[in-house]
Amino acid sequence: MTILTATDIGISFGGVKAVDGVGFSVSPGQILSIIGPNGAGKTTLFNIVSGIYAASRGTIHLADEDVTGLSPHDLAARGLSRTFQNLQIFQRMTACENVMVGRHLREKCSLLPALFRTPSVTRQNRETRAAALDLLASVGLKDAADVPAGSLPYGACKRLEIARALAAEPRVLLLDEPAAGCNAVETEEIDHLIRQVADRGVAVVLVEHDMKLVMKISDRILVLERGRPLAEGTPREVRDDPKVVEAYLGQHGAREAARA
Amino acid sequence: MGALLNQRFMTLAVLAVVIAVLPLVFPSSYYFRVASLVWVSALAAIGLNILMGQAGQVSLGHAAFFGIGAYAVAIGPTHLGIPPWAAILVGAVLSAVLAYLVGRPILRLKGHYLAIATLGLGVLIALVISTESGWTGGPDGMPVERLTLFGWRVSGSNTWYWVTGALLLIGTWIALNLDETPTGRAFRALHDSEVAAQVVGVDVARFKLQAFVIAAVYASIAGSALAFMNGFINPDQAGFLHSVELVTIVVLGGLGSIVGSIVGAAVLVTLPQALTIFHEYEHLLLGLIIIVSMIFMRNGIVPSLSGLFLRRARS
Amino acid sequence: MAEFLQFLISGLTVGAVYALVALGFTLIYNASGVVNFAQGEFVMLGGMVTVFASAAGVPLPLAAVVAVVAAVAVGLLLHRFAIEPARGASAVTLIIITIGASILLRGLAAIIFDKQFHKLPGFTGEAPIDVLGAAVQPQSFWVLGGTAVVVVALYVFLEHTLLGKAVLATAANRLAARLVGINTTTIMALAFGGSAAIGAIAGILVTPITLTNYDVGTLLALKGFAAAMLGGMGNPLGAVVGGLLLGLLEAFGAGYLSSTYKDAFAFLVILIVLFAAPQGLFGRRAVERV
Repeated sequence: MTILTATDIGISFGGVKAVDGVGFSVSPGQILSIIGPNGAGKTTLFNIVSGIYAASRGTIHLADEDVTGLSPHDLAARGLSRTFQNLQIFQRMTACENVMVGRHLREKCSLLPALFRTPSVTRQNRETRAAALDLLASVGLKDAADVPAGSLPYGACKRLEIARALAAEPRVLLLDEPAAGCNAVETEEIDHLIRQVADRGVAVVLVEHDMKLVMKISDRILVLERGRPLAEGTPREVRDDPKVVEAYLGQHGAREAARA
Repeated sequence: MGALLNQRFMTLAVLAVVIAVLPLVFPSSYYFRVASLVWVSALAAIGLNILMGQAGQVSLGHAAFFGIGAYAVAIGPTHLGIPPWAAILVGAVLSAVLAYLVGRPILRLKGHYLAIATLGLGVLIALVISTESGWTGGPDGMPVERLTLFGWRVSGSNTWYWVTGALLLIGTWIALNLDETPTGRAFRALHDSEVAAQVVGVDVARFKLQAFVIAAVYASIAGSALAFMNGFINPDQAGFLHSVELVTIVVLGGLGSIVGSIVGAAVLVTLPQALTIFHEYEHLLLGLIIIVSMIFMRNGIVPSLSGLFLRRARS
Repeated sequence: MAEFLQFLISGLTVGAVYALVALGFTLIYNASGVVNFAQGEFVMLGGMVTVFASAAGVPLPLAAVVAVVAAVAVGLLLHRFAIEPARGASAVTLIIITIGASILLRGLAAIIFDKQFHKLPGFTGEAPIDVLGAAVQPQSFWVLGGTAVVVVALYVFLEHTLLGKAVLATAANRLAARLVGINTTTIMALAFGGSAAIGAIAGILVTPITLTNYDVGTLLALKGFAAAMLGGMGNPLGAVVGGLLLGLLEAFGAGYLSSTYKDAFAFLVILIVLFAAPQGLFGRRAVERV
């Protein structure tokens, strides 16, 4: 049973086909990694799937519903959440408030009670803050709760984005290079976190350059090259695929790798 | 959370004390008048600050809503027989509806395009006001009937000082309330990163529109108050220069700082009054003061000064 | 037909002035990212300095040169003492600074000159010329011709001189321009100076038709900004087309529909254009990179 299926996705920017005929599907609890050299179209694919770019062709289904062309917030309401490669945190808000915004869809948000701060608003605020603090703790940021997010170090921001995405209680989570810029210990923590999330039944789609991480936690891997699918399979199948080795290392490198 | 509640309470308490104590040092009713002007401008600026400082959407035509509020209480009782107090509500509703209708297409625009579109909207409304002289008295303006509440005739500088002061307190209270709610957080989130706000489910268009409508209602009520207070209204109150003045108050005081909007209004309203002693050098000095304070306090007066104090306190 | 022609020529004349103001906006915006609300004051200075210099006995052509030099000096001072010290401040802070500068310059003009309206004689007489039945002031041809010369000169400068290409490079990417050794501070000063000169020329050309006083800059800045946005911010060609279009809209709107709502047509059309094309007529659609 799949929850997210993208079929034959294509988009071009000024005549360049950034993504061309890519498809994938992922089931609850599964971790699918999308890898490929820089410029392969991984982030663009994420931007299409999360509704930020409109694809010029192809369809996206989320839990048997055709969600092609829906706006990001409509997709979020249907259980899709994501992080960004180049951090998109709310700089002027505290770490805790960032995660609280992640709870947006779980909150009642009517204007009049907000203007007059009825007791129900105060109560909800307290609940949301408690939930946000729990999530911050789960990514190791409990102590940073009331620090302005703009002053957090890079690795902490990465984890903050994951916490914010999780706050929405998504069914599908797209992670764009969550381990980029993290040291070995932090990468290890993120590894655990992703596994945990998947074990709770969330479908995880991961774009990542850290091959050790990818090979370790992925159930399946999709390899892209210049916007086109190159290979797909289990980590072992992909690792042994000569086409993949060549794409990453070039022909010369591939010969060297084969000899080694 | 307790600290936040306290900060909110303290802000309101300090403001209430300032409003209550100032009359003790006022030597003449002229001072009451100027202070009332400050409260009214601050009220409009706080609303605009919710739009600009919190939600990050610029409006260069905001005086139009101020004008709608002002002319509603001028035209309603004079031409349509609406009781003066009800005309305030009519103005607020009109402003809200107009903001709602034009907000959707306008707020799709970004940055300078949003600036010129709101500017255009403001110019259009101001033009209608100064042209339809049968209703509005044209460029010369029109008189406004006195406000009567339950048989009480609200008039005199001292009375209006307290009325506008109370309005400012309520406006400040509501703005502070809003900040720490899902709506307030959504405003600030879409200001920092629209795309990140969208992917956690914030309907960006809807919240921009809410901020726009809130700001319009604040301006409209401030406009009504000023019209009653002066007993007279002219199209300048709806014009481009007044819009620019409101934006300048917000930015000078500090984008996103509600206290900043009050301080900004105090500076920008009292300064020209104080500078009149320099006669013809008035505008020269006003321009100079704006330039110098924006260079040295580029985040606005209140955020810059409080940042300075925090650094002092830490070191 | 004569009526149509009359509106066309008066629209183009006013539009040419808007185009020059918009061009000044664009030049500064491209070089520095600043939207300069003091742009209209350059136009005011051009007119006022010429009026007062020629009243003091300076021959008109020389008075015009004095006016342009004065405006350029003001533009450079504005950059050096108001914009440069605020480098790195947010866009809206910079806008407020230019608004402050505009108030300051208006106050200064009211002190140095006065608050009266002033007129310059037409450069080549005042007798209307008959063009296919339309009575055209000779000064209109000066405005149109002068605008054409400025536009062509700016084009040649930007496309065919090294300095001009440095301006374009700075506009395209300030950081990259600095990395290849362009002194972007100099380029910005150049933009403010050039933009002031263009504004002053517009002021000198149009004063015989529209009169001038210390206060004319506000409305011109507004219209110029509108024209620049109509064309698409940052696009010099768009600024010129936007300016002319705005002038024509006003002239035909005032002529055929309602003269009291003259200013309304321009802004109504701008709103409609922006609703349909949120980046202006010639603006590039930016792809958001996330």
